[in-house]
Amino acid sequence: MKRTVPLIIVMVGGILMMIQYFIPHQASQAVFDYYTEWAPIVGAFALVLGVGSLTRVHFHRIRRRSKNWPYSLAVLIPLYAMPILGLMVPVSLWGGMESPSIFHFLFMHIQVPIQSTMFSLLAFYIASAAFRAFRAKSALATVLLGSATIVMLAQVPIGEIFGPGLQDVGLWILRFPNLAAKRAIQFGVGFGILATSLKIIFGVERNWLGGAGE
Amino acid sequence: MRTSSTRYVPAALVLLLFPALSAAQAIEPVVARDSVENTTLPADTIASGTVEPQEEPAAVIDAPGAVTVTDSPNDAGDQLTLTFEPSTETETLFCHTVYRRIAGEGDESWLPVSIIPAGDPSELVDGLDPDYPIVPGVQYEYRIAVQTLDGLEVMGPVTPAQAVAEGEYYHTGKTRALIASSIFIFMIFYYFSRAQRGVQFYLRPIAGIEAIDEAIGRATEMGKPILYVPGLSSISDVATIASLTVLSRVAKKIAQYQTRLIVPNRDPIVYTVADECVKQGYLEAGRPDAYDPESVFFLTDSQFAYVAGVNGIMMREKPATNFYLGMFWAESLLLAETGSLSGAIQIAGTDAVTQLPFFITTCDYTLIGEELYAASAYLGHEPKQIGAVKGQDACKAIIMGFITLALVLTVVDLAAGTHTLDWLRQLMTMSVMD
Repeated sequence: MKRTVPLIIVMVGGILMMIQYFIPHQASQAVFDYYTEWAPIVGAFALVLGVGSLTRVHFHRIRRRSKNWPYSLAVLIPLYAMPILGLMVPVSLWGGMESPSIFHFLFMHIQVPIQSTMFSLLAFYIASAAFRAFRAKSALATVLLGSATIVMLAQVPIGEIFGPGLQDVGLWILRFPNLAAKRAIQFGVGFGILATSLKIIFGVERNWLGGAGE
Repeated sequence: MRTSSTRYVPAALVLLLFPALSAAQAIEPVVARDSVENTTLPADTIASGTVEPQEEPAAVIDAPGAVTVTDSPNDAGDQLTLTFEPSTETETLFCHTVYRRIAGEGDESWLPVSIIPAGDPSELVDGLDPDYPIVPGVQYEYRIAVQTLDGLEVMGPVTPAQAVAEGEYYHTGKTRALIASSIFIFMIFYYFSRAQRGVQFYLRPIAGIEAIDEAIGRATEMGKPILYVPGLSSISDVATIASLTVLSRVAKKIAQYQTRLIVPNRDPIVYTVADECVKQGYLEAGRPDAYDPESVFFLTDSQFAYVAGVNGIMMREKPATNFYLGMFWAESLLLAETGSLSGAIQIAGTDAVTQLPFFITTCDYTLIGEELYAASAYLGHEPKQIGAVKGQDACKAIIMGFITLALVLTVVDLAAGTHTLDWLRQLMTMSVMD
């Protein structure tokens, strides 16, 4: 029963969604909307499980005084402080609309700058990854280096000093060999998605059921 | 239809010969030539102040002509296609406003469903704007107004819609998609059944999948944990499901080797499924006691906070092996480069084409696109799973055949300057869906 019921739900739902794609009628759309409305509801319940998991893991670390346990405090305190502040002190302590609430202040002055910092690291990581990738250790790596140099120069204003031919070559590399490779991968991905979906819908692939799979 | 030069002659005569009518125009400024009844503005338009009554006498302009309404094809019964004869006014015309109401309702029910700028095609699909939805089966009336640069609005006649919106039971534009899907589904089932009958299929070796055992063994020898990142997408993403099927098999091997596993999750639903998969892997390996409930955990649903958390784990725990399988976005390089700096052996797999170069650059092995979906079959060696992979290959062979045929026909036609097989070439190159 633990295995059969989820399999039946997936099979019926999957086949319904496949058929629904070809039926534009409002009844078909209503079925689609009804199914898709469930997702955020299930997600809301799962979020409780997720926060519970995070709390459990870090609480145990603090209790056991595991290695680096103060980091767990840095997770748990903001995890609960932010919603409490948002709910208990929703408006500014100083009054008026011009002074932001504490929640807003913490979000804008701590979380946003930290996230921006993480994203900005990408620029440095791209540079170091590019340095490693563009070392001409073999014939193929040399081709990669050459084509990357042309494409990069074709994209920036300084590339104009090499004449319009460079830009044409850069554009050609992007439009033909690059696009052909991307499309080939996308074809494979499309068929992979189709085959995986069929395997799940018809119960061939059951690992996603976890403990109910066997 | 009259021209603009001839249009003003009778208007001037009227104004010269009948001063009383001229005075009346000061109160009722907007006059359509076609019909006196068309001179009033919709009540809601005036009330909302969108069109201010004019105090000065205005030039007389033509109202739009006939309105034709048809039911839009291949919809849910929530769209009507409307065409109308635009006003012949060209110099002072600003736009046409399309009004709609349910048949039989009063003047206050007119809704301005669309504004069509002067010069744009006098055609409209009504119902696309969610603020003005079309209800299936309801009879509507339409009225087109002309708005001039002076702010005058001249109403056209009320036209009952000649059609009622109704949903269709089959989308005719998706016939080719249906045929193609049916062929591919048939191919996959055909290979399923062949595999079930015991036919042995050859699968080309994929280095990234063959390295999984080696990577787990390395971590065991070093006494360090294994980090498995199941992507950052939700459970509705097929790449995430493919990743979880691989996780289940990897967890089984890890349980056999008795190595520590760390699975941080970004999505709470993925976390619950991943937890079950790992638990099942340990159970299948006969080591349910070795399962650590804290090995799979939810980290955060914020993209860069997740990256910060996982990078922190990499730098503190120094895992010997990192798996990145699933869907990734901008965080792919941040994760993989940090893993590379920490000295871990890294195996990545994603169907995100834009992230593949980053993984190829920084990881030891990368499963490209479809290889991620095939990984579960490679690891499990179950006949049906292998049959599905062969079915995929057969589908690709069909597509390759079509592309080759279209290419040859194009080259032959270009070389010979002929169009002999145009119809076949068009068949090969047409879009799958209208």
